[in-house]
Amino acid sequence: MRIIKNARTGVDRSAQARIEDDAWSHVADDAEVPAQGDVIVGLARYRELRATFAKRAGKVGVRVHSNQEAKELADLTAELPLIAIEFPNFKDGRGYTTARLLRERFAFKGELRAIGDVMRDQLFYMTRCGFDAFELKSTKSLDEALGAFSEYSVTYQGAADDPRPLFRRRAQAVR
Amino acid sequence: MYQYDEYDQKIVEERAKQFGGQVDRRMSGSIEELEFKPLRLQNGLYMQLHAYMLRVAIPYGLLSSKQLRMLAHIARTYDKSYGHFTTRQNLQYNWPALENVPKILECLASVQMHAIQTSGNCVRNVTSDHFAGVAADELEDPRPWAELIRQWSTFHPEFAALPRKFKIAVGASPAEDRAAVRFHDIGVFVTENERGERGFEVLVGGGMGRTPHIAPVIGKFVARQDLLSYLEAVLRVYNAYGRRDNIYKARIKILVHALGVEAFRAKVEEEWLQIKDGPLQLTETEIARVVNDFAPPAYEKLPAATALLSSFVLGKDRALGRFVKNNVATHKQPGYVAVTVSLKERDIPPGDMTDYQMDRFAELADRFSFAELRVTHTQNLVLADVKASDLPALHSELAALGLATPNANKITDLIACPGLDYCALANARSIPVALEIMQRFEDIDYQNDLGEISVKISGCINACGHHHVGHIGILGIDKQGEEFYQLMLGGAPGHDASIGEILGRAFPRTEIVPAMEKVLAHYLAVRQAPDERFIDVVRRTGLAPFKEAVYGPAPGSQKKPAQETVHADH
Repeated sequence: MRIIKNARTGVDRSAQARIEDDAWSHVADDAEVPAQGDVIVGLARYRELRATFAKRAGKVGVRVHSNQEAKELADLTAELPLIAIEFPNFKDGRGYTTARLLRERFAFKGELRAIGDVMRDQLFYMTRCGFDAFELKSTKSLDEALGAFSEYSVTYQGAADDPRPLFRRRAQAVR
Repeated sequence: MYQYDEYDQKIVEERAKQFGGQVDRRMSGSIEELEFKPLRLQNGLYMQLHAYMLRVAIPYGLLSSKQLRMLAHIARTYDKSYGHFTTRQNLQYNWPALENVPKILECLASVQMHAIQTSGNCVRNVTSDHFAGVAADELEDPRPWAELIRQWSTFHPEFAALPRKFKIAVGASPAEDRAAVRFHDIGVFVTENERGERGFEVLVGGGMGRTPHIAPVIGKFVARQDLLSYLEAVLRVYNAYGRRDNIYKARIKILVHALGVEAFRAKVEEEWLQIKDGPLQLTETEIARVVNDFAPPAYEKLPAATALLSSFVLGKDRALGRFVKNNVATHKQPGYVAVTVSLKERDIPPGDMTDYQMDRFAELADRFSFAELRVTHTQNLVLADVKASDLPALHSELAALGLATPNANKITDLIACPGLDYCALANARSIPVALEIMQRFEDIDYQNDLGEISVKISGCINACGHHHVGHIGILGIDKQGEEFYQLMLGGAPGHDASIGEILGRAFPRTEIVPAMEKVLAHYLAVRQAPDERFIDVVRRTGLAPFKEAVYGPAPGSQKKPAQETVHADH
């Protein structure tokens, strides 16, 4: 599968947005975890097999549902290489809050991936909230979707990409 | 008024371009309607019964004459030569073609306007007091705070997919709440603590719809610099915990009610403590920058207007006298008045204005009111800075435009949602009922005798016509394919907020206005003095005597004790 990746911060993230082959594979909650390769498993499974995973060949990331909160991952953010947050449908915006808190409050530095009902026009908000990898629901126009990151050059709020709201950046700008 | 700098301007221009791209993808078929819908809804574009409807944001109801001219231009070029002012101080176009919407957005952006977040499950346009900045009873002008909230909420990346829509209103007058602040998801009142410091009382969980609630106070005193972090904490709690399984239970009022005020407050405070001293804390520089844009205009030094006003009220020109008596409000500045321009002319749907009227009205704003005007949540316009001595000239110009109806706060100054004539959600029509009421009670002497009274009409329980807070509320319902109307009494939107109660069984279309007449006749018969207002009588006697006046004595029932309406604690 091909996914979109982008830089987490930086002035011109749109220039760094790119399409990559996904090195990770999802393991469903009722499927067996393969012995090798980088995998993404559910949070409950991760907690259950945490000690085993530490010795496993290949990295293990965690997948959370939209009803799981950032604080449930508080003790794991330092060790996890990847957290995938599921958007069961585009109307469920809980994942935006989860992402911001993981980045801003729980100092998560690994890959933060949006999965599920992810569409081009959510990418800008998602990247601002701290996501840097995106599994789009439809992969048919990924090239076109890269344009979503450059649609706005100004934002009012501080977020995971830049904590300063515009009023602090305004004050610092040379006028 | 607030003037965009290059940043604000860039955002609205980029928005027009972005939406143009989305429309292109829809028109070329590269995205389906299902995917397009959430995109257009973040931009105020609804699919109505017959056509698309575009809702334009008018932040806190404030417009320049230049902006009004652009709204006229858009109505003429891309719509059917009229616009409709709404109960949220916005403007709707009822007939735009999809392919023209990006061009309309470009037109709007050229005059510092937009349609961002006027629909969808996001923070909607911020509303405020239509007399903000000129009301003698306000602590300070609430609009700078409303503008700061507008900027904070515009394209907020975390709150674009809330459980449901989210409305914020700001008021600053302890004496009178003219913005129905208690009926918003968040209501903000400018207040002062015991040390004389300015800050905010933050109310959360008000609303109308099918479960009306008066918002309880959550933040008792939030310091000036903490306003945005406090709002962010409330929104974050709502985004995380608001219900998403049932659209009818998804508003924040349901969450506040389910958790209880104390538990909800505890959650907000816990979150707020984490962020209040962070970068979202407002700086004095930023507050001053925005406040500065709302500095009062260059008023002339004039004597008090009192004597002049009574000479108009008692003078020979009766039309002017009635207009001044009913539509002119006092002003902070001696010699100036605020003029309510009623959009409730007989035979015109409430809130509608033609492109011609808009253009001519923009000239009047230039000539008489420092080139600005306001939209009220009761679907009227206000010229807020008029010299009292200009009233005769202004009145005659307004009369020539059909905009001098002297009915402010009277029974024909009603509000109504678009109803089944336009809206896909409606169960019944609202506009024909409104028009019938305006005809039936046209006589201005009768209106003056009835005094202050508000009629609010909604075509379905979503309550866009605010029927819960009308002194008289009318709610359209559908009974086996036929339009019926419920009559409600005792609602009020202000500091004395109350939710109206249903009087009895619903009426078919032809009987609703006659039933209203019975209610009014009963009121006139039992009021204790001419200044005992309709709402005062309803509160004094309860609904029972009104019920008897309308439906006749209930067979075999003894007289029930008077019912109390629910009052807000203020």
